[in-house]
Formats: sequence, structure tokens, C-alpha cells
Amino acid sequence: MNLSDIIGPVMVGPSSSHTAGAVKIGTVSRKLFGEKITKAEILFHGSFLSTGKGHGTDRAIVAGLMGLSVDDDRIPDSFQEAEKRGFDFTLSGTDLGENAHPNSVKLILHGENDKKMEIVAASVGGGRINIVELDGISANFSGDMATLIVHNMDTPGHVAKVTGLLHVLSINIATMQLYRSKRGGDAVMVIECDSEVPEAHRKWLAEQDGIIRVTYLSQIPEELSPEDLAHQYREKKVED
Amino acid sequence: MYDSLNEICLAAEKTSRAFWQIIMEDDCAEQGITEEQSMENMRRMYAAMKQSDAHYEPDRLSGSGLVGTEAAKLRNRRNEGKMIADRFTADIMIRALRVSESNACMKRIVAAPTAGSCGVLPAVLITAQKKYDLDDDKIMEAVFVAGGIGGVIANRASISGAEGGCQAEIGSASAMAAGALTYLMGGDCREICNSAALALKSLLGLACDPVAGLVEVPCVKRNVIGAVNAVTATDMSLAGIMSKIPPDEVIDAMRGVATHMGSAIRETGEGGLATTPTGIDIRNMISMAQNNN
Repeated sequence: MNLSDIIGPVMVGPSSSHTAGAVKIGTVSRKLFGEKITKAEILFHGSFLSTGKGHGTDRAIVAGLMGLSVDDDRIPDSFQEAEKRGFDFTLSGTDLGENAHPNSVKLILHGENDKKMEIVAASVGGGRINIVELDGISANFSGDMATLIVHNMDTPGHVAKVTGLLHVLSINIATMQLYRSKRGGDAVMVIECDSEVPEAHRKWLAEQDGIIRVTYLSQIPEELSPEDLAHQYREKKVED
Repeated sequence: MYDSLNEICLAAEKTSRAFWQIIMEDDCAEQGITEEQSMENMRRMYAAMKQSDAHYEPDRLSGSGLVGTEAAKLRNRRNEGKMIADRFTADIMIRALRVSESNACMKRIVAAPTAGSCGVLPAVLITAQKKYDLDDDKIMEAVFVAGGIGGVIANRASISGAEGGCQAEIGSASAMAAGALTYLMGGDCREICNSAALALKSLLGLACDPVAGLVEVPCVKRNVIGAVNAVTATDMSLAGIMSKIPPDEVIDAMRGVATHMGSAIRETGEGGLATTPTGIDIRNMISMAQNNN
């Protein structure tokens, strides 16, 4: 947390956790998916399910999945915007269990060539979020840093390979977590980095033996169209 | 961010700098930005606060229909010359309603520290700027003061209703606004912190009990007391009235009170005003309307 979290962000109301946080879950998930989303299944849990409608959580998540930012004035009308763009989504409820954060959502994103990704995320307050699960395996990251997520077979040597690559590239690791489904099963590394990991090196990594998949969250902002920019907050002279 | 108001004062006193400069320098170090960038960020936030006030729509209701149009009603009363409060206090009340109603109506606001308490700081800053004809740079400095106080509260206690109840949201916003206003009125570091302490003390224990779980009832109107409370704390502080409990200890007390609060009054909508017979009726009405959609 820093000063910009105390004074800010500029956001569309009414709730930093239920609205701004929901937009952010959408934008981070969109980036993690990394390509065009053909269909999004959105399943709300807990407080997101019971009070989400009144807080615009449903519209906020759809806005985020389309790449709109927390200050975009089209958030209240994001369903109409989705129709205009041909963005396909469904909304429903789910029970993620009593250990899940009350402000949780599960997203099942579909893309071309049967690409599919399942994300469980929570809005943990003040617009900050936590990605809790990725494709059924635990994760725990905020989406605020360049994040490298490597799914690999649970066999020796993969951590050394990944950290070796980061070492060669002089990329500093901020946090690192390891999870596995079971011994000898699927494992996942979640590495938050202080700088971006170049695409060519991520591709190289994905081709290595025992590496199942490399997912990446970049902090480089998406290029926005002039229309998108026009709907964000801009300073205007205030008339009295 | 600092985790002690006393430390900020000591840092300021040791180097003969203002409270706001200490916060700005800390922000630069923390975010790796220049002083110009840090000041530009705060200027931009204040400009956005002014817009959130200017873009109020007097006829608009929130999605649930529970709030909206209140600021316009109060303004009419003021224009008729019937309000008991003086012009300055009346304007603060009206602005607090304008901004927090806009928030409930899914319009653009600045979370300060949260969206639910977004009306407090703009109400105090904009109204003081108009009354005392202050320039934007002076207000920008006051925004740093507010941010510094909020940062200490976030570090020592909480600024989240789900963790600390409404005292952590409206209480924090009020303490931040009190410190900022005291600075604008010429208060020094100790007077700024004393003012924040007086404001926070008056709102200790405030429950977060939103009807139907929405940031509407009672949140919108609590922004009014948060803003007006900042004025009374400033007047007391500048009159030399001291909080007998030091500012950092008041914040610690807020954290302590939060630990005694059940989850029913921490933003779940399961206690307080939310579970009064009328509160429950409203919740049922809203959920019926939703199911019919």
C-alpha cells in the first residue's frame, strides 16, 4: 500500500472492493488469458453473489474483461458495451466453500482453438485483489507486478531452470511460490518480478522438457483506442 | 508510509520542514518517483475530487432507489436561507452529500481513503478553498497531509470497513480531513495531528452496517458527519484544546475497538441498521426486484 492507495484511485463507484476490485479482477484475468476471449463464464461467490448486483459487481467484471479501466464511465453500461462489441458472457452463482474470501469470483474463460482458463480471484479491500487459483491449482498474487506462472511436471530441476533464466536476464524476483497438486503430479511456480520477462524467453521456457505451460501477467499497459481514452478520467476545467 | 504520526512530527521538526513535505518525500522514496511526479499525482487527485463534486446530478437516484436527490434538497433549504448551520458548514454538508450520492450512482469519484467515505475530504477541501480563496497548490499540500494521516491509520489500524467498521472509513476520512483543514488554517504539525486525533476519537466505535449491504444507507449521510466533524476538530485544535490521549494511541484504540467488533457490524449487512425491521424489508424488496429482472 502506498499514498496512491490512500488518496485514490479515481474510480467509478460505489465500492472499492465490489466495483473497482471487480474491474481489476477482470483486467488482470484478461491479461492472464493473453488472447481474445470468445466467451466468459462468471460465477459469483459469497458477498459478491448476495450484494454484487447493487454494487455493480457484475457490470464491473464484464467491463474489466473487455479491458476498461476502473475510471471508465461506461462501467455502469458495460452490458450494452458488451453487446456492441459482441463480447459473450454468462453470469451465475457458485459456492467456493467456506474458506473462500467472501468477495470471490470464479471465471472460466474460453478462447479460440479450445483454449480455456479457470481463474478464482478475490477482491481483498481498497480495490486490491488476489488471484487465488489458476486452472485448479493454488496461486497467490496481487496482479500488481510482472508475474510469471509456470505449470510444470513435479519432477526435479524446473525451479533451477526458471530461476536460472531470470538470473541470466538480470530480473530480480520479488516473491516466489511453489504449489503442486500431488507428488509427481502437476506443479506450478508463481514468480512476481521487479521487471518484465521478454516474450522470446517465455517462449523458450515453454518449449523446455517438463514445462507444461507458461502464463504471464505483464504490467505494460494495453494500447487503448482513442474512444477508450475518451471515457477515462481526464482533467477538465470545473465550472462553478 | 509512516506508521506513527509522532514520527512524522519529529521528522518535520528535526529538519524544519512542513508535515506535507515529509509525506511527499516518503512517497517519492516509496514509489521511486520525483517530487514533481508526486505533486502532480496529488494535484490530479484534487482535480478529480472537484469534478466528482461538479458532476453531481440532482435528479439521479442510485440503482436501488435508496439514495439520490438529498444534496439538492439541502441546497434548496440553504438557498431559502432556512438552514441553522452557517454558510460554510452548510456548503460542506451539501458537498459531502453530492460526492457520496454520485458514488452511489456509479459516477466517478476519488476513493479517499475509500469509495464509501469519498465525500468527506472533497467537501472540506473544496469548501475551504472557496471560503479562504486558496490556490490549488496550497490544497495539494493539504492533500498530502490527509494522505499522511490516512497512511498511518492504514498501517497502525485499518481503513477498511470489513476489518474495522465504519470508524475505519468515515472515521479515518474525518481524521484526514481534520488534519488537512488544520494545515490550511495555519496549524503546525502537532496541531494537525491533534486535530486528527480529536476527529477520530469522536467516531470511535462506529459500526459498518449498510442496509442490503449497499454503500448507500447509512453511508451517504455519514459522510456529512465525517466532514462536519473535521471542522469542529479543527476549531478545537486551533483553540488549543488537546486530545488527552496522544494521536498514535487514539489510532491504536481504534484498532482495539475493531477487534471487539463482531463481523455482523463489519460490512456484512448482518447487524445494526441493516437488520432493523425496515432494513430487512428494504433488503427483501431489493432482492425481489433483482430476481424479477
